[in-house]
Amino acid sequence: MIPGRPFFQPQWIVDNLDEIGRRLGEHVVMTVIAVAVGFCISFGLALLIRGRPRLYGPVIGITGTIYSIPSLALFALLIPVTGISLLTAEIALVSYTLLILVRNIVTALEGVSPDVIQAADGMGYTARQRLWRVELPIALPVIVAGLRIATVTTIGLVAVTTLIGMGGLGYLIINSGIQRFFATSIYAGVILSVALAVAADLGLLAVQRRLTPWARAREGQPS
Amino acid sequence: MTATPSAPPARTGAVVALEHLSKRFGPPGTPLAVDDLTLTIAAGEICVLVGPSGCGKTTTMKMINRLIEPTSGRVTIDGEDVMALPAVELRRRIGYVIQQVGLFPHMTVADNVAVVPRLLRWPDARVRERSRELLELVGLDPATYAGRYPAALSGGERQRVGVARALAADPPVMLMDEPFGAVDPILRDRLQNEFLRLQAKVRKTIVFVTHDVDEAIKMADRIAILRRGGVLAQYDTPDAILSAPASEFVEHFVGADRGLKRLSLGRVSDLPLIAPVLARVGEARLLVRQRLDAAAGDYVLLTDMADRPIGWLGRRDLAGDGALTDADATPGSAPLQPESTLRDALSAMLASAVQLGVVVDEHDAVLGLISVDAISEVLQSSGGSNP
Repeated sequence: MIPGRPFFQPQWIVDNLDEIGRRLGEHVVMTVIAVAVGFCISFGLALLIRGRPRLYGPVIGITGTIYSIPSLALFALLIPVTGISLLTAEIALVSYTLLILVRNIVTALEGVSPDVIQAADGMGYTARQRLWRVELPIALPVIVAGLRIATVTTIGLVAVTTLIGMGGLGYLIINSGIQRFFATSIYAGVILSVALAVAADLGLLAVQRRLTPWARAREGQPS
Repeated sequence: MTATPSAPPARTGAVVALEHLSKRFGPPGTPLAVDDLTLTIAAGEICVLVGPSGCGKTTTMKMINRLIEPTSGRVTIDGEDVMALPAVELRRRIGYVIQQVGLFPHMTVADNVAVVPRLLRWPDARVRERSRELLELVGLDPATYAGRYPAALSGGERQRVGVARALAADPPVMLMDEPFGAVDPILRDRLQNEFLRLQAKVRKTIVFVTHDVDEAIKMADRIAILRRGGVLAQYDTPDAILSAPASEFVEHFVGADRGLKRLSLGRVSDLPLIAPVLARVGEARLLVRQRLDAAAGDYVLLTDMADRPIGWLGRRDLAGDGALTDADATPGSAPLQPESTLRDALSAMLASAVQLGVVVDEHDAVLGLISVDAISEVLQSSGGSNP
């Protein structure tokens, strides 16, 4: 911090609204790509595990190992292959979502009551119909819970990718903030990043509530 | 249950035949779960499979809709081998009710009932109509229940929805795996009675699994008693099994109280009903006292405005002036229904201070009374008529 300059300068915010907006948009796009791709891969892995439960251990082991690699180290590993690019950033971000998402989807599907499965088989659902019309809808609240954690985690991690020239709000925090000892930029970046995480979390919760009215039937209706 | 003059045109039951049916879960050499079972279930009958745990009763049932594939032997429905169809198509033609009901929590009651019709791709309008019709059939008002989720239902309501769902595509055969196992005894009796009333209308062929001999005796047209290892010990009418158990195993399994169990064969509807002295809430005590004197009785049965029984009033309760209220009556035994067994009736009456059983109709309105004496006459006549 440079003495003599006001701690927080609202005027800077006003002057740089365009830049802040652009970084925020970048942050959102990087998060959405990471979570969406991560979800698709995790969903596939979870279905694979469902068919062959023996794969659960190895899949969780590998995704867990990736999860434990520090992000900087992961960038260092990837840069020789994919360069300083959005791809590098997204590969890292997607990798970090896998552990959370795979584990949640598998747990969610396992949580469907065996009675319900047996009833579905007895009614004459095919295996695929049972998955899409019975198991997944019932598993949805737990799956969305996993998505919320993955999304919030990713929003935090996106900032780190500023070190390889991406970064969204991370740019405000690190490049124009810490490196230039400029507190206003740091605050703008941090506050927006936190606000984005909270908004995404609540937004996903609202979507889940809307999609699963039955989950609240006990509270909502007299028996 | 509500009366349903517009009951669906029922496709009545089909003959189900098990021929030398065996099932082994392990590799060859391990014990059989079901051992060379052969029995024929007549169209429209309730066949109860009963036996101790590990007797293969559920396995046997699941081989009918191929949730379990037999190791050898075959099952036919109206002469057609169940292996002739793909398993899922077969299952859509067979109703299925399980113990925990297994309603789909994410679907409304109407959607739960509509599951099989939708799998069969019925047009939407027909699916909705059928769903409504079935809810009425099992005594759930569609306007109230169609849009509810299973979590908002009581145990008995869930059970009824489960039966409606199984009947949705009007299957000739229904499989019921301990369908009343998860409810309390009083509700179970009621659901059993409702189901028997329903079955009298729809006449499906029903394979019913239970571990409870009393339930088997009450529900069955024929009982198949299995022993460990899936061996058929006896297959006969409840009356024949009670009066002539085929082996020591059957005798032991049915229990030492066979005489008492024979009471499970008789129904309350077999007894002459006694007309009670009735009083309604709000009536003047004086009038009721005069009525009791005229009838030379000891007790008055107090009812509400819809003729539903509240409890008993003795002479002491009728002293004084003023109108009768709910609080004046001593609650009696749980109300009985014409389909209740004499055994349940007797135990209900013995538990009550006034040893008279109040018989009610499907709307809980009083039909009449039965006495312990009438039941003991049935016991003495050593018969117990079989309705």
